[in-house]
Order: sequence, then structure tokens, then C-alpha cells
Amino acid sequence: MWQEYIFPENIEEAVSILNSSKGTARIIAGGTDLMLDLKAGRHEVLKLVDLSKIKELGKIIEENGMIKIGANVTCSQIVNSDLIQRKALALAQGARKLGSKQIRNMATIAGNVVRAQPAADTAVPLAALGAKLEIVSADGTRTMDILDAYGDSLAKSNINSTSEVLTFLYVPVQEAREGSAYVRLDKRKALALPILNIACKVSLLGDTIKGASIAMGPVGPGPQRAVDAENKLTGNTISQDSIKTAAQLVINQCDPRDSAVRGSRKYRMAVINTLAERTITQAVACAKA
Amino acid sequence: MTITVNFRLNGEAVEVSCVPDKMLVDLIRDNLELTGTKIGCREGECGACTVIMNGEAVNSCLIPVAKVMGKEIQTIEGVVDKDKLHPIQEAFIDKGAVQCGFCIPGVIMSAKALLDKNKTPDKDELREAISGNICRCTGYVKIEDAINQASSVMSETIVKGGGDER
Repeated sequence: MWQEYIFPENIEEAVSILNSSKGTARIIAGGTDLMLDLKAGRHEVLKLVDLSKIKELGKIIEENGMIKIGANVTCSQIVNSDLIQRKALALAQGARKLGSKQIRNMATIAGNVVRAQPAADTAVPLAALGAKLEIVSADGTRTMDILDAYGDSLAKSNINSTSEVLTFLYVPVQEAREGSAYVRLDKRKALALPILNIACKVSLLGDTIKGASIAMGPVGPGPQRAVDAENKLTGNTISQDSIKTAAQLVINQCDPRDSAVRGSRKYRMAVINTLAERTITQAVACAKA
Repeated sequence: MTITVNFRLNGEAVEVSCVPDKMLVDLIRDNLELTGTKIGCREGECGACTVIMNGEAVNSCLIPVAKVMGKEIQTIEGVVDKDKLHPIQEAFIDKGAVQCGFCIPGVIMSAKALLDKNKTPDKDELREAISGNICRCTGYVKIEDAINQASSVMSETIVKGGGDER
């Protein structure tokens, strides 16, 4: 499946290898999705470029109001991080649901984003939390909003792992009177992709919701923001009624497929507002705590 | 092309050369002839191939051998201490947690990874630790009983095995 496996010492070396290999070298993160993709023939590759020797990519640190998460950080590290639990709770909750413990011990959240599945357990919370991505290529360094990492079709990433490296994810810290939550509807508690997943972040001002962001999957090519529901919540007094009313609007931004295995379009459209209501309620509870 | 990997396996230094795109489970089973680790799906969906790498349970079917360089690997063969069964193994026998046996090495490695870090897991922690291991025979109840028994024993005694002492 590949001929060479390389561990660059730093990001510049990684980018240089990708650049000179002209599409035949690809980044491997945890490998839990990539190994299956290579076996299925989704990519052809001569070289795999493994970033695990680059120590700065293995850290979770708080810096200037942001949580800076390196490309090598695994789901397990996210789950166990006190910082993430306190200041980006939805991300810890999402990471905890990904795959199984064995998968979480290898899988990275960077890889989860780049693999671009619409209901990815860490990408949906990252979208609700307003995450930004730092991408390095031979052309330099750029920053993008996580939603811009998704193309127009299913599992199409705008990040090209044969020419560029997602080095860091930046997540705004949850300040006082802010909260987040992640809710997942699934057929099993482990080793199961979600039927639906939703993440929500809220900021409170007294008894009103100052701001809300809600991301959902799989209801479109990438995580979808429920902008109508968000607008309905903003400026309103917190009450179960106002939450319920806003939650009804999430379907406006939903366009789910029919899945033979994980729920029909009709079913998903019928239940998503209940899930949204639960997620918003939990996010508010987290903010008040 | 070949790749040469140096790592520690069940407490001993090992060096193996093989093709660069081999998976850890095949290195263990074919090159090192340790067939206790099983292959169920080759997709990371069943946990039969679970081994412990640097203290964490992982699916060896999804790990390219290069990732193993410099790491500590424990397989089911390393759980026994010379001829003395590990409390987890004793408990699985005692509680009748083994039926066909195919999932058991993977389940024991997941259980060991848990108990080595947390000797007294609560019900949720225990279930989460083995939720990546599928068993078609037992219905998991006696597996859970066995892990709880092992937990009691390990909380009270010093245990050797798997390449480190604690």
C-alpha cells in the first residue's frame, strides 16, 4: 500500500517532502481512517509522512484566550484534558464518543477534521465552538474557519493531505457564563457512526442568551450551522419554551440523506429538533454551572 | 524495500525487518509467531486484535509497523508471569467468562489496560473500556464479573506481568 514511511523532524521538513513528492506522499495521523481508505483504494500513495516526532504538535495549551491543539493530539488526550473539559466541554464529549477506546487512543482530532465526514464526533463540536485551523504548505501558512474545510460533496475536504499540513486547531475558550454540550443519537454506544449529532455553545448575559452557535451532522456535506435557530435564541430570555421554539428551526438548515443503516431522511428530520432542544438545554446548564 | 523496527515486546527488546506496509497484527502473528492476538475484521471494528501500546489499548490491525518504533507493546502472551496466570486470567476462568475464546485475548488486553491505570473502575469506566471489544457468545455479563473480580484482587496484591512491575 506504500513504499516508504517517513518521520520528519519538523513541520518544514514535512511540507518539503509533500511538495517534492508531487501528490504521491500523504500525511498519516492516527491512521485509523487512512488505513481503511488505502485498503479500499480511495487514495494511491508511495510515501506516508508521520508527524509524531514533532513534539510541539502533541500539545494542548491555552494561549491568548484560545486553546491551541496540535495535529498529533489524540481523542483520548482530548477526553482526559482538564483544560478541554473545563473550557471546551462539547469537544471532550464528542471525542469521548468517537469509535472505541482503542480507536481514540490513536485517532487525532486533526485527522477527524481532514477526513471530512459530516457527522464526525470532534468536527461537529469544533464547528459549534468556532474553531479555526492553521494550514501549512509550500505557499506558506494560512488560517481558515473550520466550516471552510468542507467542500460541496460528501466527505470532500478542502485540505489536501498530499500538499498541506493541518498543524494546529484553535478553539476559543469557554468564558464565564458560557457553556457547551454535545448530543449524539446512535444505534449503539460504541463502534457506531451517529444517526444524528448536534453540538451547541451558548453565552449568557443575566437571564438572556447573548449568543448561540449550533452545529449538526450528518445533515449536509459538512457540519451545518443552524443559523435560524441561533438567531431565534439570541437576545431571548432563557426558558424551556424559548429553547423549544428555537429548536424547531434547526430543520431549516438540514438536508439529510436516506441511510439504509442509520436512519431515513424522514426520520432524521422528525427527531432532530428534539435532539437540538436537549443539546441547547445542556449547553445552558453548563453555562450556568 | 524493507523497514527495520526496534521496539519492546512483552518486556524484551525486539528488532524485526519486514515490508514497510505491514500492520502490527501481522508482524505479531506472522513474523513473531505470537498468535494469541486474533484477527476478526481488519477494520478496527471488533477489538479482537487489541494489544497494549505504551500503556494504551489499541487495534493492532490498524497500526502500520513503523508507528511501533521505540514503543512498549504487550500482547496476551505477555500477561502471564512465567507460569503464573495474571489475576485477570484467573478471574476469567473462575467466572466462566470464556466461551469460544476468540474475543478473549482482546478483551483481556482492554481490561488490563484499564486496571493497570485504574484498579477500581466504576461500572461505566469498565464498560467503556471494553466497549471496543465485540463478543458474540457471552453477553458480556460474566466478562464484567471477571473484570470486577480481577479489580478486587489487583487492589490487594502486587502483580507482575506484561513487561512491567507494579
